[in-house]
Amino acid sequence: MIVDQAPYSLRQALKTGLTVGIPVIFLLGLFVVPVVNILSRGLQVGGELDLSPVIDVIKSESLRKIIAFTFIQATISTLLTVIVGIPGAYVLYRYRFTGRGLVRALVTVPFVLPTMVVASAFLALGVKTSFGAILVAHIFFNYAVVVRTVGGLWAHLDHRTEIAAQVLGASKIKTFIHITLPALRPAILAAGAICFLFTFTSFGIILILGGPSRATLETEIYRQTAQLLDFKTAAGLSVVQLIAVTGVLLITSRLITRQNIALGLVPADRTPRVRTRQQRLLLLSNLSFMALLLGLPMATLVIRSFSTPTGFGLAYYRALGTLRADSVLFVPPVEAIKNSIVIAVISAVIAVTVGGLAAHAIIRYGQALNTALTIPLGVSAVTVGFGFLITFDTAPFNFRSSWLLLPFAHALIAIPFVVRAITPILSSIDPRLREAAKTLGANPLQVWREVDLPISARAYLVGAGFAIAISLGEFGATAFLARPDHPTLPVVIARLLSQPGELNFGAALAASSVLMVLVAGAIFAIERARVGSVGTF
Amino acid sequence: MKRLALLLAATLITSGTYAASYQKSSSAAEEKTITLVTHDSFSISKSTLKSFTQKTKIRVRLLLLGDAAVALNQTILTKDQPLGDALYGIDNTFLSRGLSANLFIPYRSPALSTVGEEFKTGEDYRVTPIDYSDVCINFDKNWFADRNLTVPQTWNDLIEKKYKNLLVVENPATSSPGLAFVLATIKHFGDSQWRQYWKKLRKNGVQVTDGWESAYNGAFSAGAGNGDRPLVVSYASSPAAAVYYSDPQLDASPVGTMLDSCFRQTEYVGILRGTKHRAEAKKLVDFMLARKFQEDIPLQMFVFPVRNDVELPPVFKNFAEVAPDPQAISSSRIEKNREKWIADWTETVLR
Repeated sequence: MIVDQAPYSLRQALKTGLTVGIPVIFLLGLFVVPVVNILSRGLQVGGELDLSPVIDVIKSESLRKIIAFTFIQATISTLLTVIVGIPGAYVLYRYRFTGRGLVRALVTVPFVLPTMVVASAFLALGVKTSFGAILVAHIFFNYAVVVRTVGGLWAHLDHRTEIAAQVLGASKIKTFIHITLPALRPAILAAGAICFLFTFTSFGIILILGGPSRATLETEIYRQTAQLLDFKTAAGLSVVQLIAVTGVLLITSRLITRQNIALGLVPADRTPRVRTRQQRLLLLSNLSFMALLLGLPMATLVIRSFSTPTGFGLAYYRALGTLRADSVLFVPPVEAIKNSIVIAVISAVIAVTVGGLAAHAIIRYGQALNTALTIPLGVSAVTVGFGFLITFDTAPFNFRSSWLLLPFAHALIAIPFVVRAITPILSSIDPRLREAAKTLGANPLQVWREVDLPISARAYLVGAGFAIAISLGEFGATAFLARPDHPTLPVVIARLLSQPGELNFGAALAASSVLMVLVAGAIFAIERARVGSVGTF
Repeated sequence: MKRLALLLAATLITSGTYAASYQKSSSAAEEKTITLVTHDSFSISKSTLKSFTQKTKIRVRLLLLGDAAVALNQTILTKDQPLGDALYGIDNTFLSRGLSANLFIPYRSPALSTVGEEFKTGEDYRVTPIDYSDVCINFDKNWFADRNLTVPQTWNDLIEKKYKNLLVVENPATSSPGLAFVLATIKHFGDSQWRQYWKKLRKNGVQVTDGWESAYNGAFSAGAGNGDRPLVVSYASSPAAAVYYSDPQLDASPVGTMLDSCFRQTEYVGILRGTKHRAEAKKLVDFMLARKFQEDIPLQMFVFPVRNDVELPPVFKNFAEVAPDPQAISSSRIEKNREKWIADWTETVLR
C-alpha cells in the first residue's frame, strides 16, 4: 500500500472540520449569538460594554442571598442524588434480573415530567412546601441522570478486575473504593455536573414546592426578564449564572481529564445474574427505594387520572378528546402525541449527529468543546428564549415563529447528554485497536464503523433515548417557542391546568399519564433495539 | 448499519412531509394572513374564527406567548421587528407599560359605541376594550356548610380568628390574580393602611402560592387537588367553570364568590405599530367587538364580554357573578407604583 501524504492530511482536515466545526456552528447560532444579543441589552451603554449591572447585583444584599441559596440547594441536591443514584446504577446495570429493562425505562420517566404535574402529585401525597420538598423533588427528577450515566459505564467495566482484587485479598469495600470507584469517576463527575446544572437552574420546583419566599437565580432572572423587563438586573444575574456554571464545568472537566486510563471494557450482556442472598438484598432495597421515591408519585398521578367523581373510569381520558373541542386551539390527543413524537425524533437525530461528531472532537482535542456544549444547560430558558426573539427576527433568519426552532432548542438541551453517553465509552477504547485497523488499511470512516461504532452503539442509543425523552417532556423552552400550530403534550397539559374545574384537572392528569407511558415506551424500545450486528460484538 | 440508515431516512421523510403539510396550511391563495399576539389563556371557537375568515378573506394566525405580562413584554422587546399585527390580552394592570412603550397605533372602532363608558381608556383610542373579569375571593360552599360556619362577607371578616388558616392567595410578583387582589386591598384600605391589613392577614395564617394553579388546583378545598383551604383568590366566573367542567354535570356550583373582595381586570386589543396589515388588523378589532365574537367569549375564556347587549350562556347566567362595585385603580397609577407595592407586600407578608 502506498501512503499518500497529501490526501491523508486533507482528509484529516475535513474530519476536523466536521467534528469540530458543526458542533461549534450549532452552538454559536443557537446559543452564543442569542444570549450575547439579549445580554447586550443590559450590558451595553452607547455601544460601550458596561459591567455595572453585575457589580450592582453583587452589591445587593437580597440578590446575594438569592445567589447563596441557589448554590446551597443545588449542591445538596446534587450530592444526595449522586449518593442514592450510585447503588441504583449498580443494581440496574450490573445485575441481570427479570423486568430490568422495564425498571430502567420507568426510572427515566420522572426526568421528563412537567414540574407542575409532579408538584401537584407531591402535594397530594401530603408534602408541604419547604426546603426538604425541593430536595426530594430534585432527587425525583435527576435520579435517572446518575443511574443512566454511571450505569452506562458500569455495565461495560470488566468485572474480572474486581474479582482479581478480591482474590488478592481486598475486601469488597476496599475493592469498590480502589478499583470500581476510580473507574466510574468520569461518569460520576459527568452526572454530578449535569445534576448540578439542572438543580442550579431549577424553576418550577422552586416556585411551587419551595414556597413563595424562596428564590433562586433562575426564578429571579425569569422575574426580571419576563415580568419586569429589567434587562440590566437580568443581565447582571445572568453573568453571575454564566460564571458559576462555567466554573463548575471547568472544574469537573479538569477532574475528568486528569484520569485518562484505558479501561478494560466488556460487552454489557455479560453482566451476572442475581444469585447470592446479599445481592438479592441489595437489589430489593434499591428497588424499594425507587418504588417509594419515584413510583409512588407517578402511581398517584395515574390512579388519580382514573378516579372520577363517579368511580374508577376513563372519563378524564375521554375528556381529552372532547374538552373545548370547538376551540381553535383544541388539539385531538392523537395529534398532540404525534407532534410530540415528530419533534422528539427530529431533535434526537440532530442531537445524536451533532453530539456524536462532538464526542469525537472532544476525545481528540480535549474537553473545552464538551464544557462549551454543556453551558446551555445552566443558562435560563428565558434568556435563550428572549435572545431567540431578537436574534432570528430578520429575513432570511426570521425563524422565531417557526415550529422548527423547537426541535433545535430541544437538541441544544439534549446534546450534552448524548456527548456524555458516548465520550466515556469512546475514550476508553484502546487506541491500539484503531491503530491496528489503520495499519490494516482502513480509512477513518472504516475505522469508525469497524471499531468505534460497534463498541459505542449502545452509548449512541442511550444518548438518543435521553434526547427523545428530554424532547417529549421539555417545557421550559417549549413555553417560549411552541407555536399553536403544533402543540406538544406538555403544552396541552399546561393549558388544561390553567383552567378551573375538576374535568380540566383530571384531563391534565390523563394527559400526563399518556406522556409517562410514551416516555417509558420510547426508552424501553431504544434499550431493546439492536441495530444490525452492533451491540453484540 | 443498514437499519440505522433506514431509520434516518424515515425520519427525514417524516419531518419533510410534516414541514410540507404546515407550509400548505399556512399559505392559501389570495387570502391575507395576520398574526394576533396574545397570552396562553386565549381561546375562540373554530366556527367564530371561520366566519371572520370567510367574510373578510383574512386568516388569523395566533401566537400565544405565555401569561399576559410575559406576552406584553415580548411584544415590547420585539417592537422594532414586531412579532404580529395586533396584541390582545393587555389588561389594566399593565396597560400603561404598553402605552408608554408606544406599542399601538390609534384606532377608533365604530363598534365602540356598544361598549359601556366604564371600560374605555380615554381619548386616544390606542387600545380597545374586549372583555373583563372580576378577581375575587372564592369559597368552598360545602366546607362552610359542613361546619356550620358563616361564610366571611367583608374584608374585616377575613382577619377574624374563626377564619384563621383558611385563605390562600397568589404571590403578586408572579401571578396576575395575585396582583389584582393586592390592588383591591390597596384601593380599599388606602396607601397608609393596606400593609397593616396584610400584616393582620399574615397573622391570621394566609397562605401564599406562586400562581393560580397551585392555589386553586392545589390548596383550595373545592379545587381539583382537594386541598385544605376553603378560601382562595380566583375569579367571579370560577363558580360557573366549576359547573361547566364537571362530569356528570353539577346542579349547583360547589364554589361561591365573596363579591365585596373584587378587583376588575379589563382586557384590551391594540394594533401594533409597524404592522404591514393595518386595514386587516382594524377589521380584526371590529370583529372582536362584533356580537358573534363577544358571545363566544364567556365559554371560551371564562370572562365577560364588554358589550352588555349580548346574551350570556345559561351557565354564566346561573353561576357566574359580577361584582356590583369592584375596586379599580387607574393604570397609570398602577404602573408608577406596581414594583414598589410588590416589594412592600413581599416585605410585609413573606419576610
